[in-house]
Amino acid sequence: MNFEFNDDQRMLRDQARRFLLDKSPPEVVRETLEGAQSHDQGLWRQFAEMGWLGAAIPEEYGGSGLGHLELCVLAEELGRSLAPTPFASSIYLGAEALLTAGSEAQKQNYLPGIATGEAIWCLALSEGPRPATEKNLTASVSNGKLSGEKLPVADGDIADRAIVMAKDGGAAGLYIVDLTAAGVTRTTLETVDPTRSQAKLVFQDAAVEKLGDEGWPLLRRIEDRAAVPVAFEQVGGAQMALEMAKEYALGRFAFGRPIAGYQAIKHRLADMYIQIELARSNCYYGAWALSRDAAELPVAAATARVSATEAFNFAAKENIQIHGGMGFTWEFNCHLYYRRSRLLALSLGSQRAWKDRLIRALERRNAA
Amino acid sequence: MDFDDTKDEAAFRAKARDFLSANAEAKADAKRNMATGWNKDEALAAARSWQAKKFDAGFAGLTMPTEYGGQGLSPIMQVIYAQEESNYVVPRGVYEIGLGMCIPTMFAYAVEEQKQRYAKPALRGEEIWCQLFSEPAAGSDLAGLRTRAERDGDADDADWVLNGQKIWTSGAQFSDYAILVARSDFDVPKHKGLTFFFLSMTSPGIEVRPIKQISGAANFNEVYFTDVRIPDGQRLGAVGEGWKVSLTTLMNERFAVGIAPAPDFDEIFDLVRETELEDGPALDNAVVRDRLADWYVRQQGLKNAHFRAMTALSQGGTPGPESSINKVVSAAKYQDISFFGMEMQDMAGIITDPEIAAMDGLFQTGALSSPGYRIAGGTDEILRNIIAERVLGLPQDVRVDKEGTFRDLPTGRD
Repeated sequence: MNFEFNDDQRMLRDQARRFLLDKSPPEVVRETLEGAQSHDQGLWRQFAEMGWLGAAIPEEYGGSGLGHLELCVLAEELGRSLAPTPFASSIYLGAEALLTAGSEAQKQNYLPGIATGEAIWCLALSEGPRPATEKNLTASVSNGKLSGEKLPVADGDIADRAIVMAKDGGAAGLYIVDLTAAGVTRTTLETVDPTRSQAKLVFQDAAVEKLGDEGWPLLRRIEDRAAVPVAFEQVGGAQMALEMAKEYALGRFAFGRPIAGYQAIKHRLADMYIQIELARSNCYYGAWALSRDAAELPVAAATARVSATEAFNFAAKENIQIHGGMGFTWEFNCHLYYRRSRLLALSLGSQRAWKDRLIRALERRNAA
Repeated sequence: MDFDDTKDEAAFRAKARDFLSANAEAKADAKRNMATGWNKDEALAAARSWQAKKFDAGFAGLTMPTEYGGQGLSPIMQVIYAQEESNYVVPRGVYEIGLGMCIPTMFAYAVEEQKQRYAKPALRGEEIWCQLFSEPAAGSDLAGLRTRAERDGDADDADWVLNGQKIWTSGAQFSDYAILVARSDFDVPKHKGLTFFFLSMTSPGIEVRPIKQISGAANFNEVYFTDVRIPDGQRLGAVGEGWKVSLTTLMNERFAVGIAPAPDFDEIFDLVRETELEDGPALDNAVVRDRLADWYVRQQGLKNAHFRAMTALSQGGTPGPESSINKVVSAAKYQDISFFGMEMQDMAGIITDPEIAAMDGLFQTGALSSPGYRIAGGTDEILRNIIAERVLGLPQDVRVDKEGTFRDLPTGRD
């Protein structure tokens, strides 16, 4: 039994934590929040130099070939620090989609650019305020040209290429689109968490390149692969919210003593801890399944995703509550985690949808 | 990351599997809701013979020293054996307290001849032990106990005379020996007036009365003491140091109190799959699916936390937070799933008759048994305090009972 990250992976975690504490403190996150930048380009370049972007990309495609466990280690730290970069879009989704379904030529063409950070990728699925389903999908491809609208698209305003879900005739499929080419209009959207930019993409006869042969089943596989590192980001954020709440409660005195001594506060913090430990443990299993490309991945990914969403939702909102009125101010950092918890809870689909997906995966496993 | 045993662990697991498959019935082949009545003579006889079999095959006292009949193995082997044993229907609940809490306390505080005398019969299952701690006015606040231990005379080794009452004692009705903490001095601060003993349950002056629970079962007892004599040689630790000794026992309790029993996710999932609601199969109902997902992620979270704790043990460390979150999460889940299983049976959900109720009444039994799991071995509230104080390092509550003599502490409304 070795259900723990190894020494090298723990060292990577320590390095990442120190680096991000130094280079992505709340002031940097706030520059993005307050609109001074869409993302931190300096941070992005340094991620590339340290080999983080290519952590799970094999060396033959320009990556550092560390592996998916290492990617998960980094994800937790990115979640903890709220680093304002398109890491999730470009790496968890873009690179993983290419690795999952790309032809040899596509991998050769595109992955090295992702690993060096020169190319930013994103996934365009949602078409508005409703769940994205095969039935209500309207973006369409005809004679190799894409038309339709996608929103929100995470990092769609800064990405170079998007992987777009669209129908050709009756069949849904994934298409690679050059966002800098003709036929693409992009608008930045206002969202609850401006520290990760979101866009509306309008396509009008934009040129496309097919990715893989399947449509929805392929999308599900890519989402399963992305759900695990996203869940690690959620656990990292939740852990930070717990630590902030604890520190504040220890230093805040009321009725003559620290509020951390009152059971109403202690039990709330204990509940945050319980949820985070359950989620973290489920994330470990997800990381194992992802790294082995195990048959359990759909169940393991959904389990990690559902419990991590629950943990971060709870920790982020109760962190504000424990801070009292100050937690509700722009000045304190509680809202940065609260915003991010809402963003991540919806970024790959809602909690309702993931719970349903988990039960579906269990039904399939049971039928097998 | 991997789930592989080390070479030693794999060899031990194989040995445990061989022993279990040759001597016990696999759960998969057994009827689901096997009720194990504690008071029944045949259940006790079965437990005794199973413990003796384990001892003879080298599976009792796995982590205890070999000179006292144990196996001298690392804690990970204990976990591996427990994992394997959980796949079999074997008698449980008779020896856990004695071997998990009483004998380890004896190892820490008894003199050499006593260890020689008591360890092996306990491991072989010939002598059963219970723990006399809680009292009517001392549950979560154990140190508030009032059972009185007084010296009979002034000699340094004078006998002790015990008067008072204990409660919630599992297995007192069939135990041969007990460990006990009592108050030897009412005129010092609360935690300083306690002294710890072990005694024979056949001592004159002990009366055991079963407590009927809301489930109808009687797993616990009240134990009354009237002038019970305890030789001073059966004192564990110094006079007035009983609280310190109790903490040794309670540290072991955190590992001994296990996860709540079925129904868990697997059972409610089975029930849902065979249930038809107003609008079609229950499994297609969105509310049902939402609840199932909640319970699945909790069940898996505990299982995966257990793997992390095993890893720590396997690498020679101590288990992480698992032991403190285990019961809080599993007891609440046990109760919620039991309620929901009754809901699935709608109006007939109230019926406990195993001939009629789904799964032999498993969910109804769970509804009536689960409240006890949120209380026994540390209430939900005490466990949250433990997490808050020992894991997160938050301050203790302001205490009004640490100064002054125990005698002067308020004990009730008047």
